[in-house]
Parts: sequence; structure tokens; C-alpha cells
Amino acid sequence: MSVTVFLFYFLSVLALGSAIMVVISRNPVYSVLWLISTFFAISGHYILMNAQFIGIVNLIVYAGAIMVLFLFVIMLMNLNAESEPKKNKWLKLAGVVSGGCLLLVMVAALKSAEVKGELVQVKEGEIGLIENLGKALFTDFVVPFEISSILFLSAMVGAVVIGKKGD
Amino acid sequence: MKIEYYIVLSLALFCIGIAGVLTRRNAIVIFMCIELMLNAVNLLLVAFSKMHHLAGAAANPMAGIDGQLFVFFIMVVAAAEVSVGLAIIVMMYRNVHSVDVNFLNRLKH
Repeated sequence: MSVTVFLFYFLSVLALGSAIMVVISRNPVYSVLWLISTFFAISGHYILMNAQFIGIVNLIVYAGAIMVLFLFVIMLMNLNAESEPKKNKWLKLAGVVSGGCLLLVMVAALKSAEVKGELVQVKEGEIGLIENLGKALFTDFVVPFEISSILFLSAMVGAVVIGKKGD
Repeated sequence: MKIEYYIVLSLALFCIGIAGVLTRRNAIVIFMCIELMLNAVNLLLVAFSKMHHLAGAAANPMAGIDGQLFVFFIMVVAAAEVSVGLAIIVMMYRNVHSVDVNFLNRLKH
């Protein structure tokens, strides 16, 4: 078993275990911390595939900014395991069964997928480097890039307007 | 590394997110599960991008770079979505003093 395969399995188990803990944790603060662990594992996958830019942006934007925002809101509301709403046991079971059924159907559909058996390039390849991504971003994808700045502006205005203590 | 492993991993993460959305009642945890689903899709896009790069690198040295740029734009949209979504949840908490989604059934009456 080579180092790459070992790292793949290690990061996969870490990602799946942390994702399950996000769902089953009673305390929302623990859910956020497990979600950060999931994002670290996914970033590890990106770096394993030599998508360095996406890996670092995932760490900075998701594990850094977005999760801190979540943690901040949870602590602002003083949520904990006692204030956690309880749900009917049968409804929980139904949710898990439907999620599992979707997984089953998708994995079964994979059996006759066209891409089956194709290889993914790991550890090498130049397209994930910031130089190549930046060149493509500022030539072929410059219009969506500029439009996303308008999206951010409207999101900022929207967050301020919604969060304002009005009337 | 075969693509099936990445597909199965992403599917499992996505379905855990769906099960979380269906089983939890805390609006913030539901929102976090949606983030988990977005990340599962991002992982799959990067894996497909590397797959296409391996297949088409001889003809075009930049083959498959679109997938990684899509991931970049998904992250942009997710950041905007989180800021507005958390503002809505804070607003809901201020009005009903709870983040339980079952209190949001006023449209029924």
C-alpha cells in the first residue's frame, strides 16, 4: 500500500467520520468544530490531487471565515445541548433511511457509468497551481469574475438590510 | 487512483448532508449540512477536473482547468449565501427566540 493510497483512505475516513459527527452531535458548537475537521480533510484531498490553490482557498474561506461566522452566531445566540430542539425518533429514522436510499441508488447507478475505471491524476499535474488558474481566471473567465463582485456587493447590502433592527 | 473512489466518497458526504437536513431541527445545523453538501460537490468537481486533465493533457496542457474554476465560483457563491443566510437566521431568532425550524409554520395558518 503506497503512501498516496494510505493518505487517500485516511483522509476519506476522517472526512466521513467528521461528517457523521456533524449530524449526530447534540451541541451545535461541536457540530461546527466537526465540520471544520471535515473541511480540513477535504482540503487534504485537494492537496493530494495537487489542486493547491483550491485547497488553500478552501481552508481560508471555509474553515477560516465561514465557520468562524457560524461559531460567532451560535455563541451569540447561546445555543447548547439543552436548548437543542428534539425530534421524533421515527422522523429521524425516516430521514436516515431516505438518505441511505439515495446513496444506494447513486452507487448502484455508478455500476454502469461511462467514466468507470478512469484514473484521477494525483500528486502531479500543473492545472491546480495558482499561476495557471490565475491566467485562466483573468482571460477566459473574466466576465463571471467581475459579476461575482456584484454578487458580493449585493450580498453585503442584503445582509445589512436583513440584519438591521428595523421598524 | 480510480475515479469511482472519489465518486463514492462524494456521494457518501452528500447523503450524510441530506440525512442531516432531514433529521435535524436546528436551523443552523441544517445550514451547516447544506455547506457539507456543497463541499461534497466541490470535491467531485476537482476529481473530475484531474481526471480530464490526465485524459486530455497531450492535446491541451490546460485540459480540465474549468472544473477547478467552477469550484472557485461555487466558493464565491457559498460565501455570499452564508452571509445572507446567517442574517436571516439571526432575524428569525430575534423574532421567535428560537432556531427551531418547526416554529416557521405560519404559512400553514
